Amino acid sequence: MAERLTRDEVVHVARLARLELAEDEIDRFTQQLGAILEHAADVEALEVTDVEPTSHPLPLSNVMRADVVSESLDRDDVMAQAPVPQDGQFRVPPVLGERP
Amino acid sequence: MSEPAPAATPETPVEPALPEGWELVVGLEVHVELDTATKLFCGCVNRFGSEPNTNVCPTCLGLPGSLPVMNERAVELAMILGRALGCQVNRSVMARKNYFYPDMPKDFQTTQYDQPTNSEGELELADGFVVGVERAHIEEDTGKSVHVGGGGRINEAVYSLVDYNRAGVPLIEIVSKPDIRTIEHARNYVEELRAIVVATGVSDARMEEGSIRVDANVSVRRHGSSELRTRCEIKNINSLRSLGRAIEHEALRQIDLWTTGDGPQQQTRHWDEDAGRTTPGRSKEDADDYRYFQEPDLVPLDPAPATIAAIDEAMPPLPAARRATLRAATGADIDAVRILVERGQDALAIAAVEAGADGAKTVTRLVNDLAVDDWSKVDAESLAALVQMESNGELSASQAKQVLGDLLEQGGDPAAHAATRGFEAMDTTELESLLDQLIDDSPGEWSRYCGGDEGDRKKMQGFFTGRVMKATRGQADGKVVAQLLAKRSSS
Repeated sequence: MAERLTRDEVVHVARLARLELAEDEIDRFTQQLGAILEHAADVEALEVTDVEPTSHPLPLSNVMRADVVSESLDRDDVMAQAPVPQDGQFRVPPVLGERP
Repeated sequence: MSEPAPAATPETPVEPALPEGWELVVGLEVHVELDTATKLFCGCVNRFGSEPNTNVCPTCLGLPGSLPVMNERAVELAMILGRALGCQVNRSVMARKNYFYPDMPKDFQTTQYDQPTNSEGELELADGFVVGVERAHIEEDTGKSVHVGGGGRINEAVYSLVDYNRAGVPLIEIVSKPDIRTIEHARNYVEELRAIVVATGVSDARMEEGSIRVDANVSVRRHGSSELRTRCEIKNINSLRSLGRAIEHEALRQIDLWTTGDGPQQQTRHWDEDAGRTTPGRSKEDADDYRYFQEPDLVPLDPAPATIAAIDEAMPPLPAARRATLRAATGADIDAVRILVERGQDALAIAAVEAGADGAKTVTRLVNDLAVDDWSKVDAESLAALVQMESNGELSASQAKQVLGDLLEQGGDPAAHAATRGFEAMDTTELESLLDQLIDDSPGEWSRYCGGDEGDRKKMQGFFTGRVMKATRGQADGKVVAQLLAKRSSS
């Protein structure tokens, strides 16, 4: 099977998703993701120069709603889902640094 | 009393001198929150200042199984702004911008990428300089995180608290071309864009509430060159003043790096208002790293030509045209005209002039004394009557100001308010005999007034005017006093 994806690329993508992968996982995912890309390559091989890119599988556009307020969730219910609620807010670790 | 002409901008921007031979190259990205009732993809209320996490639902919290539905008013407002900027409105699709950060609970921001709603427009500044607009696209705002500990600095925080009320609020991001060459034009661009946004009803554009936010892409180059060198994107700019300071600091920093080495690295930098400098953020992730792809849960936006024609048809007069109209009607200077158009008082001023008021006096009165949000009780006829009373000497400037205050609170007839306040036009013969008395009492001052020294004359005019005001309890018109003094000294 042709090398569709390098090990370094897997490490890079894992970093973007803030995933910590073990060495053997990196090898395994390089294999598995490569196989998926291999499948996509079948599509790539088709001649599509004159085909409009498909934005959506359904032939629809302009599906919209009126700008009318509907009820939001109860905050207590929302915060009950949070691992660490504090003062009605979601407390998160600082390790993430700044917004990319 | 005569009063000064309406003041120009409080701090006249001083263009910093870049070192000889260097030129500034700036492009601005302006985010404007759209003035809708609800968020972009759900029915949660779009409101600033609510208790944290009270305007949230499964969609804007990114809970499993929830689906976005596009807000039609947001799309309409985006197209209105696009047309106001002379953009073409395109068939557009939404895209996912993927990144891992807690301000978006879905782990992606829904935005537009390669097919934005608006592209290729331009913005003409008040002095005629034209800045190209590359695109104006629709996207959702992110949640708000507060960093706790470490003095609020991101990198030293102990933890962060996240509020998702703002997540999903509709935004339009207007991206300019890198056409801006001076700090003043950068400020003017934001001012003009803000004025257009307000005039079209797209947003209230309150910078202090974050409903308009500016990022600046700054680079420098040698004069005469047309290259685009490495740029840095400056974030966290919270005011027009910060914008100027941040651009200046960043340009000087980059010139220093080009002069002493290989120049700056492309990166995002944060403006630190207190320290007066930019500090490095993390190196900007490549566009590739955001792994943009078309949003499968939303279908394309494809406005019919008739929809766009209807928007053009309904377009209100834009600030530039309104300034020109007000200027032509009143002859007022550009700063005063800009202030009134920004406040939306231009129609009132023009109607007052049409009802017979003097243009310059009307503008001065409004600029100086009508800096309020609600002037609904002041109608054009009573304003015109008031200005006419001032013009023909029935009221002094300070009396006119007080009567305008009455109109503002109660409406009604200015003549009646003036009578109630006891503002009777003072007979000049009465004023003349008062002056005769004062001159007799102060022969030294009078001879200094007549002595021919310009400074002395001014000072003594002030002296006599002050005495007259004291004697009349402020009822006299300073201009008339000055005229009488001049007349008397030359007779």
